[in-house]
Amino acid sequence: MEQTIIDTANHIAGLAAKMARVKVVAAYPITPQTTVVEKIAEFVENGDMDAEYIRVESEHSAMVACIGAAAAGVRTFTATSSHGLALMHEALHWASGSRLPIVMAVVNRAMGAPWSIWPDFSDSLSQRDTGWLQFYCADNQEVFDTIIQAYKLCEDQRIFLPAMVCLEGFILSHTYMPVKIPDQEKIDAFLPQYKSSWTLDIEHPYSHSNLVSPEWYMEFRYMIQEAMKNAERLIPQIDREYGRLFGSTYGGLVDKYRCEDAELILLTMGTMGSEAKLAVESLRNKGLKVGSARVRVYRPFPVTEITKLAKNAQMIATIDRHVSFGMEGFLETEVKASVFNEEDSPLVAGFIAGLGGRDVTSETIEKIARKSLKWMQKGKVEKTTEWVDLRE
Amino acid sequence: MVKSPKTRKEMPPTPLSVPTVGSMGKTGTWRTFRPKVDYSKCTRCTICWIFCPDSAITRRADDAPEIDYDYCKGCGICANECPVKAIAMCREEE
Repeated sequence: MEQTIIDTANHIAGLAAKMARVKVVAAYPITPQTTVVEKIAEFVENGDMDAEYIRVESEHSAMVACIGAAAAGVRTFTATSSHGLALMHEALHWASGSRLPIVMAVVNRAMGAPWSIWPDFSDSLSQRDTGWLQFYCADNQEVFDTIIQAYKLCEDQRIFLPAMVCLEGFILSHTYMPVKIPDQEKIDAFLPQYKSSWTLDIEHPYSHSNLVSPEWYMEFRYMIQEAMKNAERLIPQIDREYGRLFGSTYGGLVDKYRCEDAELILLTMGTMGSEAKLAVESLRNKGLKVGSARVRVYRPFPVTEITKLAKNAQMIATIDRHVSFGMEGFLETEVKASVFNEEDSPLVAGFIAGLGGRDVTSETIEKIARKSLKWMQKGKVEKTTEWVDLRE
Repeated sequence: MVKSPKTRKEMPPTPLSVPTVGSMGKTGTWRTFRPKVDYSKCTRCTICWIFCPDSAITRRADDAPEIDYDYCKGCGICANECPVKAIAMCREEE
């Protein structure tokens, strides 16, 4: 029976793994991810979840154990944060290159030094080019729904890639919110048993992902790129199907709010998207034509969606909870790249905010919007990449 | 033997290989030291067979080791692991 429970996003992520009938979990605890894997350990220990829980000595081992399990043909889950994710880096490439549909919750936490336990996207965005799909969530309900959807997507033979479901530490991970939990039978029907394209089996021995000479390597890379393109098409379909069955939809790749007639579009990721909606409400009440677009899926990057949005807008203001040192925020770069060859492409203004967990409220976003509107009226972005609320 | 694909469409999503004998050629020619089994000392414990990293040791009916000199690279692991020192490593030219 469908029920509404009140719990933290971390516990909800654990519950989603259980209800997806994950068979192997290999994980190493790290703040703020810890309560995800504690919850799963509890489920396995008291017999509520029929899974193998592998305790490992590091995140690198956790990912490698997941790769082995997925290669043996079972549904696999793990979770990590920040430096744990960085330690996995090498193995992340092995997971995607071996085309294994592992789903991992990344509880976003800023990278040190200096040491921080608070959220920004510097951990997961550093893994941009590993061949993993990346989803970013705005609330606890979306965390649950996205984990279920991620398995559906990644296990599709047109995809066969792993996915990170990212949620900001503390803002979501330890915050209680009501979440609608669907009926187990309905989830089972939506998410049938995983069927791998190849399986490690001692009766029919294989080895996989071996040495490949230059005459073959490029094709394997191109197939990953094709799978990413397929995902761009499939994600909105799965989102709609999930919505019909369970009630919640998120606009597919980009969660848009009052963008139809907007002159200025505020482009965000994660929980900043919820705050941006409040800012839009407030600005609209003052007669300003502002909309909000939250990038839910960062890989594959929704180039077509962004281009469509750009057609009607005069300006896009990107708000990045991340910076690529020596350049700008990733959203800023990728939005500019998406619209560059379009006719009448809009102005793009980039803002860096919320690093190391600094609060990004609707007021912060309203301030960003007002500055952007001023530049929009002048027809010129007066400052490339503004750092918001930075001490002088 | 699996046929090599001609086009991208025929390729698996990731390279897969099935075990074959000697896909790298006769690696036994790389050998400097040759393992020699003294069958009067050998206790048929099969430890050398377990440890051989190249699967160049097979077991006879009585579990005595049989070394395939076409593929044994002469690494000496079998001699090192043998608990009764029944395997000697001898220079090839001797």
